[in-house]
Amino acid sequence: MIESFNCPLPILQHATVQMAHGAGGRLSQDLMRQVFMPRFSNRFLDQLDDQAKLDMPSGRIAFTTDTYVVTPCFFPGGTIGTLAVNGTVNDLAVGGARPLYLSAGFVLEEGFSIADLERIAESMADAARKAGVLIVAGDTKVVQKGSCDGIFINTSGIGVLRDDVSLSCRYLKPGDSILLSGSVGDHGMSIMTAREGLSFQSSLSSDCASLNHMIAAVLDEVPEVHAMRDPTRGGVAAVLNELSLSSSVGIVIEEHAVSVRDEVRGACELLGIDPLHVANEGKLIAAVPSEAASRALDIMCSFEEGRHAAVIGSVTAEHPGMVVMRTAFGTRRIVDLPLGESLPRIC
Amino acid sequence: MKHFDEYRDPQLVRRLVEEVGKKATRRWTIMEICGGQTHSIMRNGIDQLLEEAVELVHGPGCPVCVTPLETIDHALAIAMAEGVIFTTFGDMLRVPGSGGDLFSARSRGADVRMVYSPLEALRIARENPLREVVFFAVGFETTVPANAMSVWQAAREGIRNFSILCSQVMVPPAMRMILSSPDNRVQGFLAAGHVCAITGYEEYEPLCREFHVPIVPTGFEPVDLLSGILKTVEMLEEGRAGIENRYGRVVAKGGNPHAREAVERVFEVADRQWRGIGMILGSGLVLRQDFRGFDASERFGINHIHTVESPLCRSGQVLQGYLKPDACHAFGRECTPQHPLGATMVSSEGACAAYYRYHRNPFLQ
Repeated sequence: MIESFNCPLPILQHATVQMAHGAGGRLSQDLMRQVFMPRFSNRFLDQLDDQAKLDMPSGRIAFTTDTYVVTPCFFPGGTIGTLAVNGTVNDLAVGGARPLYLSAGFVLEEGFSIADLERIAESMADAARKAGVLIVAGDTKVVQKGSCDGIFINTSGIGVLRDDVSLSCRYLKPGDSILLSGSVGDHGMSIMTAREGLSFQSSLSSDCASLNHMIAAVLDEVPEVHAMRDPTRGGVAAVLNELSLSSSVGIVIEEHAVSVRDEVRGACELLGIDPLHVANEGKLIAAVPSEAASRALDIMCSFEEGRHAAVIGSVTAEHPGMVVMRTAFGTRRIVDLPLGESLPRIC
Repeated sequence: MKHFDEYRDPQLVRRLVEEVGKKATRRWTIMEICGGQTHSIMRNGIDQLLEEAVELVHGPGCPVCVTPLETIDHALAIAMAEGVIFTTFGDMLRVPGSGGDLFSARSRGADVRMVYSPLEALRIARENPLREVVFFAVGFETTVPANAMSVWQAAREGIRNFSILCSQVMVPPAMRMILSSPDNRVQGFLAAGHVCAITGYEEYEPLCREFHVPIVPTGFEPVDLLSGILKTVEMLEEGRAGIENRYGRVVAKGGNPHAREAVERVFEVADRQWRGIGMILGSGLVLRQDFRGFDASERFGINHIHTVESPLCRSGQVLQGYLKPDACHAFGRECTPQHPLGATMVSSEGACAAYYRYHRNPFLQ
């Protein structure tokens, strides 16, 4: 006879988050020991000091932070937790750093389901394992019901910079090729369709993934890459505009080369949104000297997350600060920054 | 992707452009009525392809653009009223009133929510029986049926905390106004496909007869637009007036009888102010007497609205096809999507916004 589920962890006393879970007392300890420690465990975190004392390889350090407020916190292809790990890992990686350590700060709303919190922690542990990073410090605060929407997560990340590359959005040169690692808009549109109120069904799934392994492989072979960015909020359009402004160059992209999945296109058509403005969470844009472009492309394509990588355009000395698309009809139009909040709280 | 790719086929587009070029013995001036068509034209560069054969001028068919400033101010006042949930299509959030927009009302504490349908607003009213829920019912003939349904449904269910702030306008009276002007340059029209899907196109027949113009109901994709333009050019070359439907997959002569019936039941024709243009007789719709109880402007009875238009904004001339957006002195200078002086720079269907978004740099022309 089965008396209980075969769970390796003791069942928590409460099914939902209580104010006391954030008060530093017994319940706080429970939460840490039963939800976070078993999943994130590593020799730095397990010391349980007020700070993690880290081993660092020699070299310059890259440091970044980001806060995640996505709603809903579970969506096809990921959770707020996978987003929080992968987003910060990617922010380090696109700067040419090898991500090593993350911290995780949780703001929980009173009444949030402990089971959901466990699923989120599990997904973070998974994502960290895949990316090869350790979660070494953490914090939990609980706020009264109504003071936040379920769960917000902040992650900060530390990585060590490679000394053989020099990447910056200011380094684009006329003649560079612009590479994009796959289809655009998957994350934003899957969030949008997962939300209540948009009642159409779809098979959309977020592209949420860590890019550090693919990026490291590209940089190993093509250290002359000029810039890398992950096109999250504001989409590909925002990143290309930022690159062209920062480097005072123009960018021309080819409409036919930018891949948009049919489901994403369909949802974008319906909502009147440009796929180029929609967020991605597992895509890479790279500006590469043209003679190295095919080498970089081959490496991207050898990774699952870069399987559909393509050269989508090039850098020009004309129209500095402006991104132009050549349409399928041979006409040209400006690719502008998105305006306002068409898709709030997507990450 | 089915239903899109066949209407965006580059080879077909090229062939249609060539045919227009062959047919046109002179450069014709054609107005596309709908802002959705304007955006598609600019986005795909259809105007660049037709440069020699056709001048496209952009019509008044942007509901956000022609909603009177006074109505926007009214919306702001209602949104700020105690206990109100103000619901609207996203486009209206950034339209500048005399003192700010609905976004700024929201930041000052108003409960302003974006919805995709008036029926969603009705659901919010059902779920919040103690709050007044107002829907900003803006639009041409395309949006009227859903608005009519929401009011009719509210009446049927006895939902008393729901009302609409109504600014519904109709296309044919605006076309009549444009054609009647002594300054008119428009020689043929691409009628708005989705409007015709509701209303059909019988009511355009008197315009064709009276002003001897070709009117061609047209869709929104590049192939749709070009086949509409080709048909209009053919008719102009033949000196022929009349209606030729080039959006047959969506538009029937009699429109959608169920939608028309719903509209007829709830709304009646009235004179209406158009922002930047002025009063157009018989161009609006208001709730019939039986449904007046759902009229937010009566329910909230807000008076003393003093409107202030920017003296620089020439959107009225843009909306009537007299002025190209980039010929306005304020375009891209004082007036940008970040700081719009008029609604044509805000709306996703506004001609000024389309020019700014896709064509603002002179090298593209």
